[in-house]
Amino acid sequence: MKTLSKIYMALVLMFLYVPIFVLIVFSFNETKSRSVFSGFTLEWYAKLFRNEVIISSLMNTIIIAVIASIAATVLGTLAAIGINAMRKVPKAIVMNITNMPIVNPEIVTGVSLMLLFVFFAARMNLEFGFVTLVIAHITFDVPYVILNVMPKFRQMDPNLFEAAQDLGCGPFTALRKVILPEIMPGVVSGFLMSFTFSLDDFVISYFTSGSTSQTLPITIYSMTRRKISPEINALSTIIFVVVVIVLVVKHIIETKQEQKLRANGGDE
Amino acid sequence: MKKLKVFATPYLIWMAVFIVVPLLMVAYFAFTDEEGNFTLDYIANVGQYTNIFVRSIWLAVIATVICLILAYPVSFMLSRMKKHHQGTMLMIVMLPMWMNFLLRTYAWMTLLGNNGIINYLFSLVGLGPFKLINTEGAVVLGMVYNYLPFMILPLYSVMVKIDKSLIEAASDLGCNPVSVLFRVIVPLSVPGIMSGVTMVFVPAISTFIISRMLGGGSNLLIGDLIEMQFLGNAYNPHLGAGISLVLMVIILVIMTIMNQFNPDDQVLI
Amino acid sequence: MKKYIRPLCAVLCALSLTGCAGSAPSEGTSDVTAESTEESEAQTLTVEDMDYYTRFKGQDISINVYNWGEYISTGADEGTLNVNAEFTKLTGIKVNYTNYATNEELYAKLKGGGAYYDVIIPSDYMISKMIKEDMLQPLDMDNIPNFKYIMPTFVDPAYDPDNAYSVPYTWGTVGLIYNTTTIDIPKEDIDWDILWNPDYADQILMFDNPRDAFAIAEIMMGYSLNTEDPVELTAAANKLKEQKSVVQAYVMDEIFDKMAANDAWIAPYYAGDALTILDENEDLDFVVPKSGTNLFVDAMCVPVGAKQKEAAEMYINFMCEPDIAYANIDFICYSTPHSAAFEMLDEETRTNPVSYPGDDYLDANTTIFVNLSDEANLQMQTLWTEMKSAETETPNRWIVPVFLLLCLGLIIFTLIRRHIKNKKDIY
Repeated sequence: MKTLSKIYMALVLMFLYVPIFVLIVFSFNETKSRSVFSGFTLEWYAKLFRNEVIISSLMNTIIIAVIASIAATVLGTLAAIGINAMRKVPKAIVMNITNMPIVNPEIVTGVSLMLLFVFFAARMNLEFGFVTLVIAHITFDVPYVILNVMPKFRQMDPNLFEAAQDLGCGPFTALRKVILPEIMPGVVSGFLMSFTFSLDDFVISYFTSGSTSQTLPITIYSMTRRKISPEINALSTIIFVVVVIVLVVKHIIETKQEQKLRANGGDE
Repeated sequence: MKKLKVFATPYLIWMAVFIVVPLLMVAYFAFTDEEGNFTLDYIANVGQYTNIFVRSIWLAVIATVICLILAYPVSFMLSRMKKHHQGTMLMIVMLPMWMNFLLRTYAWMTLLGNNGIINYLFSLVGLGPFKLINTEGAVVLGMVYNYLPFMILPLYSVMVKIDKSLIEAASDLGCNPVSVLFRVIVPLSVPGIMSGVTMVFVPAISTFIISRMLGGGSNLLIGDLIEMQFLGNAYNPHLGAGISLVLMVIILVIMTIMNQFNPDDQVLI
Repeated sequence: MKKYIRPLCAVLCALSLTGCAGSAPSEGTSDVTAESTEESEAQTLTVEDMDYYTRFKGQDISINVYNWGEYISTGADEGTLNVNAEFTKLTGIKVNYTNYATNEELYAKLKGGGAYYDVIIPSDYMISKMIKEDMLQPLDMDNIPNFKYIMPTFVDPAYDPDNAYSVPYTWGTVGLIYNTTTIDIPKEDIDWDILWNPDYADQILMFDNPRDAFAIAEIMMGYSLNTEDPVELTAAANKLKEQKSVVQAYVMDEIFDKMAANDAWIAPYYAGDALTILDENEDLDFVVPKSGTNLFVDAMCVPVGAKQKEAAEMYINFMCEPDIAYANIDFICYSTPHSAAFEMLDEETRTNPVSYPGDDYLDANTTIFVNLSDEANLQMQTLWTEMKSAETETPNRWIVPVFLLLCLGLIIFTLIRRHIKNKKDIY
C-alpha cells in the first residue's frame, strides 16, 4: 500500500511538473522547434532582456501589484475592523457583497468593471490605463484581505478592547496597541495573498487595461497569439526560478520559526 | 467596539461603487439596447447559445470530478505524512500554482501539438500522430492541470484537522479500510470538498484562455462568447452583458444547491 | 510612477539599440549621414526635413500606436531598423506600441471607449466603416508631405475618397499556404475548395475573423465578396459550418508557428505573411487560387479621441520616409504602395508575382472589401458567432427565460426549506 501511494504521488507530481520542465529545457534550444532539441544556447534569454515591451510590462505589473496590495491592505484592514463591529444583519450583507469578486467568475468581474469604466469614461474623461488597472486590482484584492483578517477577530477575545479602555487607553490607542497586534498575522497574509493575485491576474486586467499600460500576463497572452518565440520559454524559466527561490526562502523561514517555538516550548 | 464601525466607511463606499454598481451595470446593459430602451431581446438571444452553456457546464463538471478524484488521495497522503515533511511536500505540490497561468497552459500547447513532444514520442514507437490538441479533451486536460492545486489545498487543510484517533477507533470497531474511507473520512472532509469544488468549478466554467489556446477556436465556451462580444470579433456589449448575467445566475443556482449539502452553513473559503 | 517608467524605458531603448548595431540596409539606399544629436552605433538615416521632425523634441510627448502584430520593423533581426526607436530618437516622442489581431478587435476597443490611440492601421472596409461612424479624424496633409510617395493607384481609393482620413501602409492579396510534401495537387489546380477537403481533415487552418472567412465562402459560392443579401450571407455561413468538422483551428497570427512547425498542412493567409512563413519552412508554397481573392489595403489613420494629432501625423509622415517605408516592407514582406520604397526593393522582390502580380491581374481576379450596411454587418457578426458555436439547430428562444424562472423558483424553495429547518432546529 505504501509503495502504491508513493508511486501515485510521484505520478501526480510528474503530471504537474513535466510541462514546466519541457518549457525550461526548450528555452535553451538552438532552434525554434518545440519537439526536437538541437543545441544549447542562451540566445533567447539575451533577446528577452532586450525586449522592452516585456520589461516595461514587468515593471508595470510589479508597480501595480505593490500599490494595489498596499491600498487593499489598508482599506481591507480598516474595513474588517469596522465590519466586525457591525450588527448581524448589516454584517451578513456586507460580507456577502465582499464575497462576490471572489465567487463570481473573473470574467464577469472584469466585464462589469469595464462597463463601469466605459460608462464613465465619456463623462469624466477617464482613460483606460494605469488608473483603471489599479482600481480594478484594489477591488478584487480587498476581499482577500478582509477574508484573512476577519478570522483573527473571531480568535481574539472580544473583551480585550474594552479592557484596554478600562485601563485608561483612548479608543485609538487601544486599537493600535491591542487589536492591531492581534490581527497582524491576518493582515500580513492578506497583503501577501493580494500581492500574489495582483501579480498573476490576467482576466480582469485584460478587460480594464488601456493603450499605455500592459501587465506582464497580458503581454504573455499577446505573445502566445502571435509568432511564438522561445523567449516565452526563457521568461517561464526565469519566473519559475524566482518562484522557487521565494517559496524555498519562505519555507526555510517558517521552519526556523517553528524550531524556535519548539525549542522555547521545550525549555519551559 | 461599536465606535469602530466607522472604519468600514471608506470600504463601504468603495464596495458600493466598484462592486455593486458594476454588477448593476451588467444587468442594465443586458436589459437595454443601444438607445437605452428596455428590451428582453438580448436575454432571449442568449437562448441560441444554450449548447455552449451546456458544453461549458459539462466540461467544467468533468474537470471538477477528475480534479476531485485525483486530488483526494494526494491530500490524504499529504495529511498523513510526518509533520516536517508535510510543509516541504505541500510546497512542492503548490509550486506550479505560482507559475503564471498562461505559461502553464502554453506549456501544454507545445506538448500536445501534432509535432509536439508527446506525438514525437509516439512516433518513435511507430504510432501515428494523434490529434491531441484542439479537442475537448485538451480543454479538460488544461482545466484539470491548472486547477488541481486549488482542489488539493482545501482538501488538505480539512483532512489535516481530522482526528487520527477517529480512524483508529473505526478500524478497532471492525471497519475495513474502504469502510473507514467512506464512512469516516469522506463525511468529515465534506467542507473541504465543497470548498475545492467551488474553487475549481467556477473558474472552469468561465475560462476563455484554456479553450482558446487548447481548443483551437472551435470549442467555444461561455467565456469565449463573452470575450467575443466585448473585445473580440463580434462587438455587442448588450449581448455580452446578457450572457454574463445568465452565467452569474447559473453559478448562483449551482452554489445554492451545493450549499444544501454543506453542514452548518460554513463559509465556503 | 509613470515618470519613473519612461526614463527607464528610454535607457532600455538605448541599450537595445546598441545591441543591434548592424550594417546599413541592403543595396539601393543612398549614402547615410548621422543627423541625430544622440550618439548611437545603430544605423542612422537621412530625413528630408529635420526641422519638421524635431519641433516636438524635449516636450515629453508620447503617442499610442495600435497596429497589427508583426507589422513593423522591430530591429530584431541583424541589420534591420527598430522603427519605433528610430522615431523616438529623431523626434523625442515616445511610442506606446500595442497590437491587435483583427479589424473587429480594433473596432471593439475603440468603440468601447476609454482607450485612446493616436495612430491605428485598419484595413480598407474598416476604414470606411469608421468614417461612416465618425470615428476618424481628417488628416492635415500639410503635416504629411511624404504622402507624395504613394503610388497613384492607391491615391483616392473607394474606401476613403481623396485620402481624407488615411495614408496607405501596405497592400496584398489573400492566398493559400500549403505544404508541398503532403498535398499532392499541382499548384495551378489548387482552389479554395481544398479547405473543405476531408482528405486533409484536421490539417486545415481557417481565418478567425468574420470578413475574411465569409469572403472565402462567398468566392466558393460565386457571390460577391461584398454581398449584403441576407440569403447569401446565411448560405455562406452554412458553408462555413460545413467546414467546421475538418478545421483544426481558427487562427490569425498563430498561423506563423503552426505552419512553420508543420502542425497543419494548409491555411489561407495574407501574401506578405505567407512570404515570411515560406522563409522559415522550405516545404511550404503559396498560391492565389484562380477563382479569385480579396485585395486588401491597410492604411494609417488618426482616430477621434487621439490626444496628439500632430505628433500622430508626424509618425505617419515618418512611416512614409523612403528609408523607413523600405525597412518596414523589407521586414513584413507585404506589398508596398510607396513608390520610393518600391524602387529600393531588389529585382527579385519587385518582380515576384506573389507580391506584385500586376494591375491587370489585380483588376481581373481580386475584389476589395467595402464596408457593408449596418444590417449586413450585424447579420454577419451574429452568423459568425453562431457558426463558431456550431450547432445546426437553434433551440427555442424561450428556453433561457424559462430557465431563469426555474432557477428563481429553486432558490425560493431552498430558502423556505432552510427557514423551516432552522425553526425546527432551535430546540
